[in-house]
Amino acid sequence: MWRAARIVPTAALTLLGLLFATFLIARVVPIDPVLAILGDRASPESYARVHAELGLDRPIYVQFARYLAGIAHLDFGRSALTHNLVTEDIGRFFPATIELATVATVLGVGFGIPAGVWASWRRGRAADHAIRMIGLFGYSVPVFWLGMMALLVFYVQLGWAAGPGQIDTGYEDFVPVTTGFLVIDAALAGDWAAFGNAVSHLVLPAAVLAYFSFAYISRLTRSFMLQELSQEYIVAARAKGLSERRVLWVHAFRNVRLPLITVIALSYASLLEGSVLTETVFSWPGIGQYITNSLLSIDMNAVLGGTLVVGVVFIALNLLADLLYRVLDPRAR
Amino acid sequence: MSMIGAWLASDTPSTYRQAVAGRFWRGTLGLRHQPMILTGTSIVLVFAVIAIAAPLIAPYSPTAQDLALNLRPPSAAHWLGTDELGRDILARLIWGARITLGIVALVSVITAPIGLILGCAAGYAGGWIEAALMRVTDVFLALPRLILALAFVAASGPGIENAVLAIAIVAWPPYARVARAETLALKHAEFIEAARLAGASPLRIVLRHILPLCLPSVIVRMSLDMAGVILTAAGLGFLGLGAQPPSPEWGAMIASGRQYMVDQWWVAAMPGIAIAAVSLAFNLLGDGMRDWLDPKQK
Repeated sequence: MWRAARIVPTAALTLLGLLFATFLIARVVPIDPVLAILGDRASPESYARVHAELGLDRPIYVQFARYLAGIAHLDFGRSALTHNLVTEDIGRFFPATIELATVATVLGVGFGIPAGVWASWRRGRAADHAIRMIGLFGYSVPVFWLGMMALLVFYVQLGWAAGPGQIDTGYEDFVPVTTGFLVIDAALAGDWAAFGNAVSHLVLPAAVLAYFSFAYISRLTRSFMLQELSQEYIVAARAKGLSERRVLWVHAFRNVRLPLITVIALSYASLLEGSVLTETVFSWPGIGQYITNSLLSIDMNAVLGGTLVVGVVFIALNLLADLLYRVLDPRAR
Repeated sequence: MSMIGAWLASDTPSTYRQAVAGRFWRGTLGLRHQPMILTGTSIVLVFAVIAIAAPLIAPYSPTAQDLALNLRPPSAAHWLGTDELGRDILARLIWGARITLGIVALVSVITAPIGLILGCAAGYAGGWIEAALMRVTDVFLALPRLILALAFVAASGPGIENAVLAIAIVAWPPYARVARAETLALKHAEFIEAARLAGASPLRIVLRHILPLCLPSVIVRMSLDMAGVILTAAGLGFLGLGAQPPSPEWGAMIASGRQYMVDQWWVAAMPGIAIAAVSLAFNLLGDGMRDWLDPKQK
């Protein structure tokens, strides 16, 4: 357990790195923050006064310390676009992103692990090559393009799924907010029509994101499984006459579960990040769309607040993966 | 031909050049059994030729508008159709190959040296220099790349230069790690000891003896990363943060085709196919090379 505690300084350092990155990005903005407040025609005296009030005359490490203090109080400022506090906006938009990324990860794991196990079993055969190519294509195709094509085929042409957005406008605001996750809220309220509608909106973006998760998870499952299948205990299990299914799933797969937990956590983190482009295409009211909308109007408080929150969750999931591995694997103890 | 073949395949090369050429030749022969590497390399080469020869092979100018002929489906005159301003999509894709491959080349030229030098220096120096450099690398590796690149470009202003810079800033850490691992393995080799005894300075040892030997693994890692670079660049272009109009950047072309998607699907579909083809080629190449060079896979 104490070994696990060793990752705390790494975590702190990474977090500090993220904060420093966003701090620097905020300084790169070509807009003069003083002029943004005073306007172009400010007198030199009032310019100097506001310059000092904003702390811009202090050394950079003092400015960074002030910035950290603001973040520690969860003060990300106000969004220029929505006129709300950035923290409020994020609280409102984040559940939709979590909902999307979670469903996508569940799908990606549900299809990716069996595909990876199967590919390792059929190593070098057609099935293995096919799964590898499907995965490689997933690594190669732009997510926003795939989303648009999915909309074109399954929404416009076939009408199998609902279009952009999280729910039809007819149901909007009628689902009582309990957890913030629309699908769960609708089910809790017993509003099955709204639930069905929300699910049919969720299917396409979740499937598109799940494809990327599938590509990643199936590939790593295969390579972990191959390592296990070359071990002597597998030969012994086969020699005992155990069924292939038992050898694969009971003997080999048990030893693969642990590294897979790490992989799943990493894939979840990258889906949170990847949702930025997906949400834009599907008009999904999550934090990704919030960030991109703010990007285009150079609403830097919102952009940096969103970046920080996604970044912190991303780092936390990375660390969680590391931690789980260290705690659960007796060899790493 | 056969004479050249015999010269190349000779077991007893008489010159250094012949030995090098022979080794290269045998390596190339080995590639015959590596369909992934061959396919990937061929597609990348085809796109490279297209990019270089764009003015010669593009059927139209990438910016020539013909509003009377806008949003036409693929036809004999316009093989891939025309966009909302009546520009030929094929011509724009051909010129766009220059931008995409140019971004890939620029990012590699910026990140590979940084990664190599930091990694080799860290590995060779050891001690606190290594600890500090590798900590910085780890921090960069743990940061969310796409989102930081987005925020950086949004802050510094949209444009292709800033997009390249943003991608480069987040893309170098893997190379530093690979270079350090290689350096650690080489550091105590006898030829390095010999160079040190001969009085070579640490700078000379790192630059002349260690760094060139780290190149192969860095190149493999780079070809695996190229698809990610292409996709990030396309994503930035899609959001309007990369190359600006009327530049025929593929991601930006998808974005402008988005509003015509229901009735004129080809405007958005074609550039996406081009992006997928190039990144798939780099992925095939990288994946194939990794399998080929990895002794565990054999």
